[in-house]
Amino acid sequence: MESSIAVTGLTKKFGDFVAVDDISFSIQKGEIFAFLGPNGAGKSTTIKILTTLLHPTTGTILIEGNDPVQDPDAVRHSFGIVFQDPSLDEDLTAYENLDFHGILYGVPTATRKARIEELLTLVELSDRRNSFVREFSGGMKRRLEIARGLLHHPKILFLDEPTLGLDPQTRNHLWSYVQKLNAEEGVTVFFTTHYMEEADRVAKRIAVIDHGKIIAEGSGADLKKQTSTTTLEEAFLSLTGSEIREEARSSVDQMRQARRAWGGGTRR
Amino acid sequence: MNAIYVMWLREVKRFLRSKSRMVGALGQPLLFLVALGYGLGPVFAKAGQGNYLEFIAPGIIGMSIIFTAIFNGMQVIWDRQFGFLKETLVAPVSRLSIMFGRTLGGATVASAQGLLVLCIAIVAGFRPTSWAGIIPAFFIMLLVALLFSALGMMVASKLKDMQGFQLIMNFLVMPLFFLSGALFPLTSVPAALLWVARFDPLSYGVDALRYFLIGTSAFPLALDVSILVVVTGIFLSLGAYFFSKIEV
Repeated sequence: MESSIAVTGLTKKFGDFVAVDDISFSIQKGEIFAFLGPNGAGKSTTIKILTTLLHPTTGTILIEGNDPVQDPDAVRHSFGIVFQDPSLDEDLTAYENLDFHGILYGVPTATRKARIEELLTLVELSDRRNSFVREFSGGMKRRLEIARGLLHHPKILFLDEPTLGLDPQTRNHLWSYVQKLNAEEGVTVFFTTHYMEEADRVAKRIAVIDHGKIIAEGSGADLKKQTSTTTLEEAFLSLTGSEIREEARSSVDQMRQARRAWGGGTRR
Repeated sequence: MNAIYVMWLREVKRFLRSKSRMVGALGQPLLFLVALGYGLGPVFAKAGQGNYLEFIAPGIIGMSIIFTAIFNGMQVIWDRQFGFLKETLVAPVSRLSIMFGRTLGGATVASAQGLLVLCIAIVAGFRPTSWAGIIPAFFIMLLVALLFSALGMMVASKLKDMQGFQLIMNFLVMPLFFLSGALFPLTSVPAALLWVARFDPLSYGVDALRYFLIGTSAFPLALDVSILVVVTGIFLSLGAYFFSKIEV
């Protein structure tokens, strides 16, 4: 089978810090692939590089046959993404956020309207469609973000910790929707998560990354066998150790705080 | 095309919804008009320069446009911090159209603000020499707004956080405004100041507005318009280039 994502020798350095260290992997068309690792292991950096938001330091990447550095526009046509951190426009309503996204992604009007209805129901925000996003709780924003990521049906779907902070009901809805999309439209899915049970259940293949390197790769069963453990969580801990990782506090967190201190809502 | 429209619509919607922003952006020009227009008016008249309120009204319109336009361009920094920028950067549309849509939206908002200030000035006692002059004056406002939206976008594409924002206000926007001849006639300033003002695109914007609204100008209209058009072109291209290079 042809590969949907092919990465060879990818390295990303920020100054002296090596965030991603010479990783290679390939994902076949229609595969569901989980990318697991502790905080700060290099998961989000890899996703940013694959999705044209960052340039790699070295290495070659092909996304549906196109290089994100040489031909970012072609690459952007082939994927959809749910980001790990918020990316909604808080000064627009829930509906407008979805509608604008649909227009940007060229979803035809009739399909767009139908899908927005379907997805608002899926994430249980139908009755809040005309509320401004800034009035939403963290969980509601997350749900809206997911609905937006599923609005157009791309060849590849990147989900960066999509279920973070969601209740089990929404999590289940999300995964069954994603699996349906994968089965019916052959969408390739690349996701990260900290819920090991989820990765084990949904992903056909799993790669574990730590300190910027891929340290294990295979199906959930392979990883468990390799580490002689019974659950993927145990396998993960045996691979990555039990030390807790810290991520640097981002400038975004500081900004959020500053904005709250200035009294919220309006952006000046 | 759709991308340009959506990005434009976003700017306009946000402006229309933010009443506090509108009021805030009108308060300052009003203060300038009243305090300077009425306050310095008698001195200006005694110096034989005529009606100061009439003289500064186009300058204050220029001020409100440059402030609003640059603020709007700088919105990119907020969008970067709050994540929405990423959403637009991964969309399957050219970054050029995203940048252009945003700039156009910012320019629309800023020129609308300029028109509102014109209305306020009229209420305060300003009378244009000819009412028909308001139409070409509006096109000048649009051009000035486009120029400074593109400038704001250009600068914001290079900044990572709001720390740089104060710096931009103090070392870019304020000098651009104060050195532009918005508040004083360029025809009778020291040569050094005139020389500086010649490098300030706002000088030509305000000058062209004066030409259409009060019938006086320091430079020929053709010079004003060609400089505005050329500088807008340069800023738009540079802005588009920097915007296309953004990494988050």
